[in-house]
Amino acid sequence: MTVGQVRGRMALTALVALILTVLPLPVWLDVFRPAFLVLTVLYWSINTPRAGGIGLGFLCGLLLDIFQGRVLGEHALALALIAYIAVREHQRIRSKPAFQQSLLVFAALVFYEFVVFAIDGWTGHPATSPLRWVHCLTGALVWPPAAAMLSYGESRYT
Amino acid sequence: MTAFGTAAGRPLQGRGGSPGFRFTLYGAVAVVIMYLDQRAHYLEPLRYALQAAAYPIQLAVNSPPAAWRWIRESFQSRDALRAENEALRRRQRDLELMTMRYEALAHENGELRGLRAALPPVADRWLPAEIINIQLSGLRQRLLINRGASNGVFKGQAVLDDRGLIGQTTHVGPWSAEVILITDPEHAVPVRLERTGLRTIAVGGGDGSSLALPYLPANADIRRDDLLLTSGLGGVFPDGYPVARVSEVHRDAVQPLAQVRAIALSHINSDAEVMLVWFRPGHPAAPAATASSAADVKNGNAAMQPLAASPRAPAARSSAPASPTPAPGKAAEEAAPPDDGPAAAAPAAERGDSPTPPAERPAEPSPPRQPP
Repeated sequence: MTVGQVRGRMALTALVALILTVLPLPVWLDVFRPAFLVLTVLYWSINTPRAGGIGLGFLCGLLLDIFQGRVLGEHALALALIAYIAVREHQRIRSKPAFQQSLLVFAALVFYEFVVFAIDGWTGHPATSPLRWVHCLTGALVWPPAAAMLSYGESRYT
Repeated sequence: MTAFGTAAGRPLQGRGGSPGFRFTLYGAVAVVIMYLDQRAHYLEPLRYALQAAAYPIQLAVNSPPAAWRWIRESFQSRDALRAENEALRRRQRDLELMTMRYEALAHENGELRGLRAALPPVADRWLPAEIINIQLSGLRQRLLINRGASNGVFKGQAVLDDRGLIGQTTHVGPWSAEVILITDPEHAVPVRLERTGLRTIAVGGGDGSSLALPYLPANADIRRDDLLLTSGLGGVFPDGYPVARVSEVHRDAVQPLAQVRAIALSHINSDAEVMLVWFRPGHPAAPAATASSAADVKNGNAAMQPLAASPRAPAARSSAPASPTPAPGKAAEEAAPPDDGPAAAAPAAERGDSPTPPAERPAEPSPPRQPP
């Protein structure tokens, strides 16, 4: 797969993940909604570290800021940060079995949520409900099937 | 999982610098953007353009629920439609009966206040808007509606439904606008009690339907089922629109403040449409829109500050005689918290014995409420 093809898949999957993220859901279900866009950025950062996962994280974060009406750059910074960590550690993460990968993804999601939480506090929008951390758990649970889905069809091209 | 196997062994340098360099670059850009957006408000045009770009996706995301609604409506049975029609007709009859004496009452009210003619209604025109997307969680309660700057919508515009106040617009794009609900934990709306005229501030409770009244002293005259109306302070909502009904009042012996919760009257969960309202400028009950332009911009919209009222306000108010009938004008005058002093004190002289004190407040700008 060339870098161009990877970028195309990145954009496509990011769009699908964005739609899943902003799809209206009932309130009680919304708490459990995994951060699909974050998972997508993590996947591409780990599996194609040379194709620009950090830039993808930045752009996806900017989109999230727009869709959720946050301070511009809030999610962009958080996503670029975890994309950077994932790109740096991609070889270590990639060689782990699925369960351990899930644990690492959980840690990454907690870190991501913490960065967003901190920026929320600094910009004067404190939201200290414990419910905001629930999506880290569901995100880690969803990671193995999501990663399998994102890698679907990849072997045909390589 | 081992995708891109050939690239795994190679060093990462090559395209666009090392990851560390790229992260530093993007991180710096993000921080600068955040600073500009938060502190300096230079990014309104950018946000406007991005919101326009995001609109098609938002519409697409909304299409499955909208299609489902359409299907359900078009396959509704004849009986259901007839029943709905009947209910609507009954409601219209009731409303007509209620408004039958409106003209006479408005005229009488004008005469009582010594005006030559009755005032026109404060709402100048209104525009229905469809809800495109709802974000309801414990943290954020926002709506996205399908009207924007091209329809004349502006930032900080009041949004109502047929039962009460819903919220105000926060970000306005060309064809869409984001509405912050009164139940959002970051939103505060200045209210008064319909029964006593006691003024306070209702902060969003964060669960989709409730508001909290955190600044009332324990001995405030407030009961279950009291109606809360907008007080007209704050410069966003005009006076007298229904907001919420008090649902529980707790008076704890060790707490100086009463714990009061209220349920919003608007039905955000079942609404498909909301109303954007433009108010007649210069009308005595109209919100003083200019108050929140120049001085407020640096510190954000005063009506949205989470700590809108200074905690000292209720203490000064606690001595107010909260008797409902004898002299509501006086009670409300004394009940005015000290931080809206200039606006409340100035008309006090001619207000003296008026039966409806807050409604006749002249349209002078109420001072923006600053966080302490």
